[in-house]
Amino acid sequence: MQKIHCAIIGSGNIGTDLLYKLQRSALLAPAWMVGIDPASEGLARAKQAGLATTDQGVDGLVPHVEADAIRIAFDATSAYVHRENSEKLTRLGVLMIDLTPAAIGPYCVPPVNLAAHAGKREPNVNMVTCGGQATIPMVYAVSRVQPVRYAEIVATVASRSVGPGTRKNIDEFTRTTAAAVAAVGGAKQGKAIIIINPAEPPLIMRDTVHCLTADEPKRAEIEQSVRDMMAAVQTYVPGYRLVNGPVFDGDRVTTFLEVAGLGDFLPTYAGNLDIMTASAVRTAEMFAEEMRAGRLSFDTRRTA
Amino acid sequence: MNLAGVRVTVHDMSLRDGMHPKRHQISVEQMKTIACGLDEAGVPLIEITHGDGLGGASVNYGFPAASDEEYLRAVIPLLRRAKVSALLLPGIGTVDDLRMAADCGVATIRVATHCTEADVSEQHIALGRRLGLDTVGFLMMAHMSEPEALARQALLMESYGANCLYVTDSAGYMLPDDVTARIALLREKARPETEIGFHGHHNLSMGVANSIAAVAAGARRIDCACGGLGAGAGNTPTEVFVAVANRLGIETGVDVFQVSDVAEDRIQPILDFPIRIDRNALTLGYAGVYSSFLLFAERAQERYGVPAREILLEMGRRRTVGGQEDLIESVALEMRAGTLPGSRR
Repeated sequence: MQKIHCAIIGSGNIGTDLLYKLQRSALLAPAWMVGIDPASEGLARAKQAGLATTDQGVDGLVPHVEADAIRIAFDATSAYVHRENSEKLTRLGVLMIDLTPAAIGPYCVPPVNLAAHAGKREPNVNMVTCGGQATIPMVYAVSRVQPVRYAEIVATVASRSVGPGTRKNIDEFTRTTAAAVAAVGGAKQGKAIIIINPAEPPLIMRDTVHCLTADEPKRAEIEQSVRDMMAAVQTYVPGYRLVNGPVFDGDRVTTFLEVAGLGDFLPTYAGNLDIMTASAVRTAEMFAEEMRAGRLSFDTRRTA
Repeated sequence: MNLAGVRVTVHDMSLRDGMHPKRHQISVEQMKTIACGLDEAGVPLIEITHGDGLGGASVNYGFPAASDEEYLRAVIPLLRRAKVSALLLPGIGTVDDLRMAADCGVATIRVATHCTEADVSEQHIALGRRLGLDTVGFLMMAHMSEPEALARQALLMESYGANCLYVTDSAGYMLPDDVTARIALLREKARPETEIGFHGHHNLSMGVANSIAAVAAGARRIDCACGGLGAGAGNTPTEVFVAVANRLGIETGVDVFQVSDVAEDRIQPILDFPIRIDRNALTLGYAGVYSSFLLFAERAQERYGVPAREILLEMGRRRTVGGQEDLIESVALEMRAGTLPGSRR
């Protein structure tokens, strides 16, 4: 059966890592890479890998969407640019997987709510943040056992893995992650903290997830739920590891995680970036399965 | 060294850095009493925030007795001369917190980052300036950067709009020559109208000596804490710094006896334990570890039976930065399990 054709918008590190992951996919085929800089190494690499490329931004892709049967686009640009990109492509029936903090569409954290997105025909889904992808599964692992009145995540990432976009607007990380910890993780209230550490060699992403339960924590059930969730995340992020926990201290349930990347293009310590690209590809594959089964079509061209 | 006639702004930390040894439980009433005492003693600037800055209320750092807003709204209207500052660590607090603090009437916002990560402060520093606040760029754990690298980071903060740049010895690790080298280079590189500041901790008993070295090298704002009420072995004690400043002819405008009365009569009685250079606080300064890790390591020792000193040394080996309190419990668990690579135990 034919693979679903995808476009990657943004030819930087994230875009290039996505390219490597898509090349391995049984369901998806990377067809286009979109950049804005003719001298971009990412575009050159994509061209070498046999993709069509443009340095004219999304406008360079739009005329080819129909002929090249682009059905899914990954946007790894910025929140600001994403709004325009999304408008131009969803109009043509392309499903947008948003890796920026724009969050036009609903949040998607694959092991928590990917299945819930099936059949909803959302034209745009948002991948929250790296910290969100790494920690929300663990918040949910507790909240599916019993009510969580407050959840707080602390993401510690290597300085080298934090790009200029995140640095310019670090509040966007804390706000978006906190909102998704509540909305997707199932906590009544969410808080997020990010720490950037410049140590050399760079540290592997670490995450601490604190949940405060409404009643006495059900230890055995939470332990089992955490184990199950670890296994679920490890299917698409093999370097996702429980370092310690769950620790029980009164109504506090804490898990300590480490996230190593696959090292496709990004270095392995940048598990924070890898878990974003891996989650995005996992999400796209679910939609691709639906598309191939004829259950999902965004063919709005007739009405556009 | 002739510092006679040099004017220095004493910035008191007891109600912010002092929140650490108090586990953020200083009551609103205690804050009011101490702040008024400092005001009457002539302290011109007082910091009031959760120990980890605006938005620091958390499982990770501790929930405070009252919110930042409650403290600020209770204290600011009572002060006759003194102004109030708030601390903000991007990644913990946000511009929303900054707007709240400005609305409460703070005069100064201090935006703090690790000494190599100044570029996460752009949106907060820019907003501070737009709101018309005295805006400070505060480079923490400054001993981890060489003077040149530190100055480059400070100048980024200056370029975002900071009118004052701080060398912050969060670990109380620096010796006077380390301070001199960093402050002097920064003084040389920064715009003449940009003020330079120094924040010390007393873990190696260097708080006052380092602060005087900073003044001699060009710093004109010095962080102190009345009664030494701050993280680790505390900050440079305000009353001692003022006494030494008086002897040297440095003008602070603070009355040494009045401020030492505040230390004795209003701060000492609220302490949960004496703030001194015990073996763990000494370890902070000796190994270059963030001062507010102290109580977290002691609690982990209590809970997991692993010596706090060993935990702090491991935190130093991992080159941890401010805010990584969450790692302490994890390190203690690894030590207890014996799974820690390179553990001395």
